[in-house]
Amino acid sequence: MAQALPTTAPGRLTTALERIPAPVWVIAFLLLLMPAFANNFVLYQIFGWSFILGMIALSLMVLAGYGGMVSLAQMTVAALAGYVVAILGTSGVPQISLGWPWWIHIPLAILIATLFGTLVGALAVRTEGIYTIMITLAIAAAFFYFTRQNYVIFNGYTGFNNVIPPALFGVEWRQPVPFYYLTLGCATLSYLAVVWMARTPFGLALQGVRDNPRRMGALGFHVTAHRIFAYTFASVIAAVGGILLVWQSAQVVPGTAGIPQVIDILVVAVVGGLRRPIGPFIGALIYAVLSVFSSDILHAFGMSGERFKLVIGLGFLAFVLFSPDGVLGLWEKYKARRAASPDPLLGGGR
Amino acid sequence: MVALTRPATIGADRSAAERLGSVTTGNALELRGVTKLFGALAAISDVTMSVRPGERRAVLGSNGAGKTTLFNCVTGDFLPTSGTIRLFGEDISNFPAHERIRRGLRRTYQISLLFGGMSVADNVYLACLGVSRGRFSLLRPRPSDPIIGRADELIEAVHLTRVRDTLVSSLSYGQQRQLEIALALAGAPRFILFDEPAAGLSPTERAELIDILTGLPDHIGYIIIEHDMDVALRVAESVTMMHNGRVFKEGTPEEIENDEEVQQLYLGGGHG
Repeated sequence: MAQALPTTAPGRLTTALERIPAPVWVIAFLLLLMPAFANNFVLYQIFGWSFILGMIALSLMVLAGYGGMVSLAQMTVAALAGYVVAILGTSGVPQISLGWPWWIHIPLAILIATLFGTLVGALAVRTEGIYTIMITLAIAAAFFYFTRQNYVIFNGYTGFNNVIPPALFGVEWRQPVPFYYLTLGCATLSYLAVVWMARTPFGLALQGVRDNPRRMGALGFHVTAHRIFAYTFASVIAAVGGILLVWQSAQVVPGTAGIPQVIDILVVAVVGGLRRPIGPFIGALIYAVLSVFSSDILHAFGMSGERFKLVIGLGFLAFVLFSPDGVLGLWEKYKARRAASPDPLLGGGR
Repeated sequence: MVALTRPATIGADRSAAERLGSVTTGNALELRGVTKLFGALAAISDVTMSVRPGERRAVLGSNGAGKTTLFNCVTGDFLPTSGTIRLFGEDISNFPAHERIRRGLRRTYQISLLFGGMSVADNVYLACLGVSRGRFSLLRPRPSDPIIGRADELIEAVHLTRVRDTLVSSLSYGQQRQLEIALALAGAPRFILFDEPAAGLSPTERAELIDILTGLPDHIGYIIIEHDMDVALRVAESVTMMHNGRVFKEGTPEEIENDEEVQQLYLGGGHG
């Protein structure tokens, strides 16, 4: 775990920037310059989608990685935010959509989804382990069937189409390049917020609750309240991700938060790694690439392209079996093995 | 384990302890007919006990006598099946653990329940944070944060400054016991429950533990569970003997040491 308590006072910003490793700067510049060498499809369908999925999976990482709570309702929170944007804003269903301006419907969407996520947390934190998974899965399933059957508010099976972002500052945000930067900006802010949170009093206490709830109670912490607040924090990230997701596909339907999609978020988070905030984004990129290209590969082998989920499922199984810490775990194992192996020229560990 | 010194933080927080004390009166801890059943098994049965403010009490008894269950009922880890528990006059029988801690109650654990994946500084910081405001803060602590200052004082008081940034899982057993005591002393403790603090320590470390316990400020009372009679009878001014979940005998250390029934039952007849 990262050291939480500072020992030196001055120049903390400079020190923090100096601590960022060179590869991170390289990746940051590559991401910023990506539109210069990637086509619109890659920007929009691969990276844009990866950032969005990564944000929703990041909200699960906050709960599971820092709080020890695996929630399957994060996609549901995201979808609810999308629904609220469609209902309160504009969509292709004017009979239901209220057409409120963006500065009302977007904050309200985040607020309502966050309140819902907090309520889910209030119910779920009274259980542990498999029971938390089951109760959040039950909530996700209930939400899916409710939206599918409710036509007055959620427009039932057809949901809402033509849900697009507002044209702020004269920019068409659904165009590939602006949308890429919009999702990159939101993903970066979410990532930094989680990194920041982990070293705050709340974040430190949350990790204490994960490691030893009994001891945390004996230190004066309200364990249940900390867990619920973790759901609140995670729900804000999931809600923003949900709004972007709806804008990307321009629609929100019950299937946006169907059971397969709910499970996909878990797959993304586990494949990337639940121990660090960057993990979900790595998992999301792998998922997006596989989803988009595996059908072509399967066709090449004479199999149906619809079986790409089989590839993802096998990959998930392999990670769970061989690297429970996901891709990041594999990378850390590689680094540890490399450090332990003798230097070919000098001998001894590197 | 190096020598423990009286933590400056405890003295500094005395005013806070007195503020807490000003709103309540009576015994520091008062148990009336406390019973804890696990199914048909009575772990403790009809335990009645009063401890004055600042009093140091040893609770002795063989394994299975109900000592740790008694602690768990007092701290809120278990809710008693029946009976009342009062802390400085306030009925805390149904309070959750964290509410009891905020009223000045602290405890150490028989088996160290520390946060192995965190540093010493983080552990003590958490202990200080638990009884402070800002537990939900999303602002990172600054170096001038008073909670960090208090945590560092406690770390220094238990002579762990050298390993301040070391992961707790890397500490020696003796250092972990020192850290346990530092956690119990965080904030404004008014009453502490020590659960076998000397277990696993060397004779030298035990002598040092006695120094820290006898050196605690007068306003802090405690109950100590300890199998080492040399430690228990030297740091306590009164003793409660438990047997089969019940209070068996109470008295001064001398009275207990010289009691024939106690010697037969617990000391094997050959002690002293």
